[in-house]
Amino acid sequence: MSTLTAERPTPELATRAKAPKRRRLRGEAKLHPMVWVFVVAVMGFSLIPFYWLVNTSLKKGASLSQGELFPSQPTLENYLVVFQNPEFLLALRNSVIIAVVTTTVALVFASFAAYALARLKMRRKAMILTLILSVTTFPAIAIAAPMFSIWREIGLYDTLLGLIIPKLTFALPLAIYTLTSFFKEIPRELEESAYMDGATPFTAFRKVILPLAVPGLATTAILVFISVWNEFLLAVTLTTSPEARPVPVAIAFFSGTSEFDQPLGTISAASVIITVPLVILVLLCQKRIVSGMTAGAVKG
Amino acid sequence: MALKTIPPSRGPAKTSGRDRAERKLAFRMTAPSLVIMALVAAVPIGYAIWLSLNQYSVRTAGLSRFVGLENYINALASREWWAAFGQTFLFAGLSVSLELVLGTAMALLLNLAFKGRAVLRTVVLLPYAIITVVSAITWQTMFQPNMGLVTNVLSALGLPGGDVVWLGEHGYAMAVIVMADVWKTTPFAALIILAGLQVISAETYEAAELDGASKWQTFVNITLPLLRPAIVLAAIFRTMDALRVFDLPFVLTRGANGTESMSMLAYTQLRENRLVGEGSALSILTFLTVMVVSVIYVRFAGGNIRDVAKEEQ
Repeated sequence: MSTLTAERPTPELATRAKAPKRRRLRGEAKLHPMVWVFVVAVMGFSLIPFYWLVNTSLKKGASLSQGELFPSQPTLENYLVVFQNPEFLLALRNSVIIAVVTTTVALVFASFAAYALARLKMRRKAMILTLILSVTTFPAIAIAAPMFSIWREIGLYDTLLGLIIPKLTFALPLAIYTLTSFFKEIPRELEESAYMDGATPFTAFRKVILPLAVPGLATTAILVFISVWNEFLLAVTLTTSPEARPVPVAIAFFSGTSEFDQPLGTISAASVIITVPLVILVLLCQKRIVSGMTAGAVKG
Repeated sequence: MALKTIPPSRGPAKTSGRDRAERKLAFRMTAPSLVIMALVAAVPIGYAIWLSLNQYSVRTAGLSRFVGLENYINALASREWWAAFGQTFLFAGLSVSLELVLGTAMALLLNLAFKGRAVLRTVVLLPYAIITVVSAITWQTMFQPNMGLVTNVLSALGLPGGDVVWLGEHGYAMAVIVMADVWKTTPFAALIILAGLQVISAETYEAAELDGASKWQTFVNITLPLLRPAIVLAAIFRTMDALRVFDLPFVLTRGANGTESMSMLAYTQLRENRLVGEGSALSILTFLTVMVVSVIYVRFAGGNIRDVAKEEQ
């Protein structure tokens, strides 16, 4: 399928591993100097805003309102303010609970559905896949608006459960779609031999496919986790108190210690704090994230 | 749907016992997910349609009356809806075209063999993992009067824009919102396009080289046409996402200075003004707008999407 998934053990892996080396030698000689200009431009565009966010988070008071390239009196005070803010800590807790529970539940249900869609004979398979994919394009407001009314009537408004349930709507199709393309890449011969030994399709799924799909499951988990962690509209519509608010909403409503304080320093510090784990995730799992994002996107 | 005409199965005409068992299992394995999605997507949307046909008392909870299509008529006759509609499409048009152009350039770059390519790949991916709210705040710090990097550089160079309160004026505020979106989501477009680039065989290029085609001719006549499916796919995903934009204007302007999007307008009516009927009508209108655009896309631009759907059978 996708050619970006070379880290998965496939028979072609051995031959493919050599290819880039040869290409590098051939390609490098011909590189135009403009390429390096582009490389620097892309690096700058990606990294400078991060630098400025960190820079802003290290400034306080008067130096905040000057555009110094390097803070003359760097201070961690903004970070202290954030960590002493009980609402921010509650929001962190809420986000972790929501993201972990939603990702786990979505992965369990999605792995069943994805196996059926990838491997089993099924009626209306194309229609079901199209339907699942179309759910990912739904504007969240169309679900958030009625949920707001329903949840207020049955008491799920402003609760963690009340956020996890609608977030599943978007986590499930994403997980099913990504997992389906991962399952399809697993060689069929392995299941066939399980069938020879008298296994049922479900046993083949449990004993053959699932263990082989662990990298795919991990990738899907990362993608779903990032998307649930990032989601804002449902979170802001369906919560009102710090007890249920996840991080993105808490940051959006973050204000300074006093009304007259310029809160951008504290807000920047809070932003840096929740960005660090995601940056680490990208550094560790870059290949996985790329293979998941492009899974099924291009047929090779 | 045209999908019904697809032949039932590639196997022999008569269904064997194992086939039937397999279909049953497939049904059982997909049913839980489909039921959950129906319950948390279809049911609320159905309920939103009902809510949108009623008017609800702001003062007395539970007091409502059926008004038919009045909420829709009022919305479609209002300046606010069409302003939000126009702004959303302006935002989507600007950000998606920038993302596709920059994404294609980035993909071409990442497809070249040079030292440090792996580093560049990781760096490029960083903004993608950042939550949208933080992307908004990052660009706010970049454009803040006096303290922002962009505003300071513009002032230092004597260029216009240095002394502008960017988030305080319509055109400037829209530019910041577009920047924040382009920064965060160009990597996504680039990676989809890069995946498309990597399946173009080297022989195709060698043939062009033999024919004496210039680099630019090769790009226009070979690379771009072969990349079309990947670019269209990135365009569809990005457009659908851009049309429901909410976080960026919410954090950057709270919808002020004419930057309110369709989703934001519905949210404001519902949450801030407590107008359940009107807010629901607006959210259904947003939903319909996005669905119509996706149908148009798949019809006219995405022949390949339909092929993929057929292939899945």
